[in-house]
Parts: sequence; structure tokens; C-alpha cells
Amino acid sequence: MENLILILQKTLIYAIPLLIVALGGVFAERSGVINLALEGEMIFGAFIGAIFVYLLQKNEIWLEKPQLTFIFALIISATSGALYSLLLSLSAIKLKADQTIGGTALNMLAPAIVNTFGLVFFLQEKINMPYTFRGYAIINTELPGFLRIFFDKAYISTYIIIAVFIILSIWLYKSRVGTHLRSCGEHPQAADSVGINVKGMRYLGTTISGALAGLGGYAYIATVANGTAEATIGGMGFLALAIMIFGNWSPVGIVVGALMFGFLKCIGAVSSSIDFFANIGLPSYFYNIIPYVVVLIVLVLFRKKSGCPKAEGIPYDKGQR
Amino acid sequence: MKSNLSKQILASILCIVCGFVVGLIVMLFITITNENLDFSNFLLGIRYLFSGPFSSSSLVTIKRNLGNMIFYIVPLIMTGLSVALAYKTGLFNIGAAGQFLMGSMGSLLVALNIDCSDNRGLGILVWLLAIIVGLICGALWGAIPGIFKAFFDINEVVVCIMTNWIAANIVTWVFSTQSHLINIPEGKSAYLIKTGGLGTFTPTFGLDKLLPNSYIDGGIFIAILIAAFIFVIMSKTKFGFELKACGANKSAARYAGMNEKKNIVFAMAIAGALSAIGGSLYYLNSGIELQYGSVYANLPDYGFNGIPAALLANCDPIGVIFSATFLRYISASGSRLQLAGFNSYIAAVISSVIIYFSGFSRLFLELLSKKKKKDEVLVINDIDVGEKDKIPINDENKEGEK
Repeated sequence: MENLILILQKTLIYAIPLLIVALGGVFAERSGVINLALEGEMIFGAFIGAIFVYLLQKNEIWLEKPQLTFIFALIISATSGALYSLLLSLSAIKLKADQTIGGTALNMLAPAIVNTFGLVFFLQEKINMPYTFRGYAIINTELPGFLRIFFDKAYISTYIIIAVFIILSIWLYKSRVGTHLRSCGEHPQAADSVGINVKGMRYLGTTISGALAGLGGYAYIATVANGTAEATIGGMGFLALAIMIFGNWSPVGIVVGALMFGFLKCIGAVSSSIDFFANIGLPSYFYNIIPYVVVLIVLVLFRKKSGCPKAEGIPYDKGQR
Repeated sequence: MKSNLSKQILASILCIVCGFVVGLIVMLFITITNENLDFSNFLLGIRYLFSGPFSSSSLVTIKRNLGNMIFYIVPLIMTGLSVALAYKTGLFNIGAAGQFLMGSMGSLLVALNIDCSDNRGLGILVWLLAIIVGLICGALWGAIPGIFKAFFDINEVVVCIMTNWIAANIVTWVFSTQSHLINIPEGKSAYLIKTGGLGTFTPTFGLDKLLPNSYIDGGIFIAILIAAFIFVIMSKTKFGFELKACGANKSAARYAGMNEKKNIVFAMAIAGALSAIGGSLYYLNSGIELQYGSVYANLPDYGFNGIPAALLANCDPIGVIFSATFLRYISASGSRLQLAGFNSYIAAVISSVIIYFSGFSRLFLELLSKKKKKDEVLVINDIDVGEKDKIPINDENKEGEK
């Protein structure tokens, strides 16, 4: 029981960045742009967020308000992720370049920037953030049972990201603008014919996507990666892309995918310390493989009509109307 | 047609110039902000940046750097070809890293388990066997996303990402059980022994005499031959035509009687084999050792770097040789930049900016041809007004695709 709660707590922490970055992927692809650059946007956003924390700490601002720092770092990361994604929008939407190339370039550029400027300004390729600036928002070891998953040893980023996820998901499906945005990914010519600004919607979708990737990137380095911002984010961006496809481009599917994947991943991580798994005697690599294999099996068993936006990846050309 | 090619080359050069301009701006910025650097560092940096492996004053160093550069091109050509071939078939092979690893594993299991240190002739046969085993491992591994795509209609990107991590864990798992292959005498942990001591390394064809003290071996010839082979398959055979047809329009290919499922599986299997040969040729070098202990947490860079190598070459097999060479040339410059007081990652900034701009090479092309057409129109001067209206973008695109 105690173990299960521990695993579920870890699952939530691991799934949160995955969740929000995958939703970022949905926003871009629903508007018709393949955002392969999620990984790069995460790295870039997280790095700028970490620089912000570093500067605050150096100038001794808000030292006694770590949670406020955390919140502002999340905002800064989201903003810089959004700004970085404008490079993708510029190439994919305005200049109608191949979106795969743009995304690949941004994925290469972000680590290059982090390494170059990390070395120039911090004399190393990474920034370490002290624990005080990214600690738990709430500690309630006394709470009964499963309430502790949400209200014990929880980070402020968890609550913020859950709120952002719910609000944006509802907005994408229920609001006027959200519906317009999705129409641009399905049939931009039709959307244009009823007066929707296709390019504007695609800019919006990609920018939100970048912001969410930056947000998830900072949440990842602050929680899962123990406060180290560096040129790699462990393939989380690509994993989020995979979870997005797994979730069939829908928020509910993403929640299921991210939680399932996170849960299996955490079981692998703690397998050696739980007697039940330790007694079986399989190496940790076996448990590491399970989440990926299960994703493949679930994809085959529950395959349905692909929810992939029909016009994704195709630059909008008015002439094809 | 010929002028079209020269225009394309001009567009590529424009991309490269843009990349270098950004790189120089970054270097200038670093020079200004860092008090330890002055303008002479900047000038030295520029010299190193353009001269790549040739920037040393001693011939011995130049030969070593050049040899290493050529060796590092080999896996990049292979993963680049892998991504390019899949791309032509309409598949995005982001799983090159996993295929690369599976190929390395297959080859190393053969080459490291048979000791041919006293019989080089036998060693070369074992080497050949190792390459073939690696190739089969990679082909089978690459076929997985193909099968998922063809028979279950599951997006290849998600399957590739999953299989990458599965492969990474399998490699560490397998080698952690092979205690006799682990390099303990040198006091290293989690490294495998090298093929150099076993006589099962890649033949060097005398290249190691030409460029001594470097990793260079015959892999570069093999990679170029394979690139040429893929070029012939893609542009001269029925099979290659079917793959391209499948990539251009799946429904049309099916309507024309092609078995698009078979083509998808084959394309991914070949792509897997190509990446795998890259891994095999890399680790079968006499001086390269696999750090198996960290593989499960870090996918090899070569897998992902194949994507820019392919895209920069517009997925043309012969072009991949040049794009891979170019990318490695810039990396070689990067490692020299440290000597001028900068850091090696500036090279990565430059190559990523070049890739970014290569996305608009078509736009550059249009600009170039528009300018030219405008000149022509001026000469003709209203004699043929209809010609002017025929210039639109779509026409140009079709020309480019021929």
C-alpha cells in the first residue's frame, strides 16, 4: 500500500510534463503544423527558466519566496518556448518550408544554444538549481491513503499544469476560436472560405504549442531531473510526440497515455527496491522495456480510425481552394 | 535542366552562407562579452571555422584530423541514407538510433566472440559475417515499424520512438550478461573490448598508412558504394519506382496495382539495414569501443543526425555523401575552435541554422528564378505578355521535382 502510493506519486510527477507537452503537440497539429520541435522547445524553455532562477538567486531577490520563483520560472519558460516556436512558425507557415526540416533544425539548435551560452556564461554546459527554488509546495504525510497522491509531496507545477491542461482542452473543443483552430488542421481551404484566418490560426496553434513545451520543459527539469537544465531532456519531447499519437490527438487519450506510460515507467524505476519485483530476479532493463512494449501492444489492440488532422504538414496554399 | 541544377546549388550555397553569418555573429557576440577574448581571437576563430580539419600547422595533426573526420562521416552517411530512403517512401524514420544499436550489437556479438588475432585472413571473413549479422538485426528491427504501419495502420513515428528505447535497453542488457566481452584490464567500467586486438576489425585498405594515427578504415569506401547502390535502386529499378510511387501517393500506387504494404515493410527493413551497417562499421573499427553501460539511457547521436544529413541532401542518396561530409567538416571545425578560445558547440549552431535555412531553399530558388525571369521579360519587353503569367510558384515546384 505504502509502495503503491509512492509509485503513484512518482507517476504523477513523471506524467505531468509529458501530459502538457503532448497537449502542446495537439495544438500545433490540430492547427495543421507538425511540431517536431517539441524536444528543442522544451530544452530552450527550461534553460531560460533556469537562467531566470539563477539570476534571482545571484541578486538575492525573493530568496524567501521559493514558490513564487517557481511560478515565475514556469511563466518565463513558457514565454521563451513560445518565442522559440516562432522560428518554426516563420519557416512552416510564412515561408511554407518543409515542417520536418524546420522542426529538426530547431531540435538541433536548442542544445547547441544551451551548450554554447552555458559555457560562455556559466562555464559549464548545464545550470544546477538549488533545491529550495523548486521544492514541494505541500507536504502532508498525515493525509489518509490516496489523497496523498495529490496533496502530499506535490509540486506547485503539478497543480498549475493540471489547471492549464483542463482549461486549454476545453477551450480547444468548446470555444469558437478553438473550433476555428481545429478546422484549419482538417480542411484549411474550407476554413478560409468561411472567413477564418488560416495562417493566423496556425500561428496561434504553434505558439501555444511552444509555450506548453516550454512549460513542460521547466516542470521536467525542476521535478524529474532534479533541477539540472542541460542540452538534453532525455527524449521527453519525442516521447510526448509519441504519447500524442498514442492518444489519437485528443486530450483524453493523452491523459490515459501519459498516466499509463508514467506508471509503467515508475514501476521500472523502483523495481529493484520492491521485494515483489526483486524476488523475480529480472534485471532493471526488463522493467525499463515494459512501458514501450505495452504502448505498442495497446496501439495494436485498441487501434481505431486515426484522429490525425488531415491537413497537417501541408503548407496552406490559397490557390488549392 | 542544367541551369536548374546550378540554381539549386546556388540556393544551397545561400543556405550555407546564412548559417556561417549567424555563426560569425555568435562568435562576435562572445568575443565582445568575454574579456579574455579580443579581436585576434575572432580572426583566428574564423580561420579555424573555415579550414575544418586542415587548420593545424603540423602535417601530422592535419592527417590525423582528416582521417578521423572521414571515419566519422561513415555512420552519418549510413543513417542519412536510411532516413532518406524511408522519406522517399513517405515514411519518417526517426528510429535510426535503435536500428544503429541493433546493428552494432549483432556485429559486435560476432566479431568480439571469435578471436582471430593470429589469422587476419579468417578475421576478415568473421568481419564480413559480423556485418551481415548486424545488417540482418537492423533489417528485422527496422521492419517492426514497417509492419505496424502496413498491417495495423499505426503511425511509424510512435513505433520508431518506442523501438529506439527498447533497442537501447536490450543492448545494455545483452552486453551486461557477456562478462567475457567487458574491458576490465584497462580499468574501465561498462566498456566493451575493441576489435583491434581480435583481428576482426574493418579492413583499412592502406588508408591508415596514408592518414596515420587516425581511426580511418575502409568503411568510407563501403558507405560510398552502398550510397551508389541505393541511388541505382531508387532511380533505375522497378522496385525503387514503386517505393517512390508509394511515397508520392499511396492510394494511386495501390490503384496502379502495387502492393503498398509490402513496399512499406521492405522500405523500413532496408532503412533499418542501412542504419545497422552504420553502427556495425562504426564499432567494428579497430580503435572504437562501445560504452554499453550508458546506452540504455542515451540514444546514439548518429541516429538523429541522420535526419539532417538526409534532409540537407533533399533525400538524394548521392547527395547524402556530400551533406554528411559537410556536416562532419563543420564539426571538425568546431573542435578546433576551442583552440581559439571559443567552444566547439558553435559548429552545432552553424549546422542547425544551415538546416533551418535549407527548409526554404525552394524559396531561394524561386527568388533566384524570379529575378532571372524578370530580366528575361525586360528583354522581351511585352512581346509575349502571356509568358509573364506563367511564372507562378506551382510551375517552379514541378520543375524542381523532376
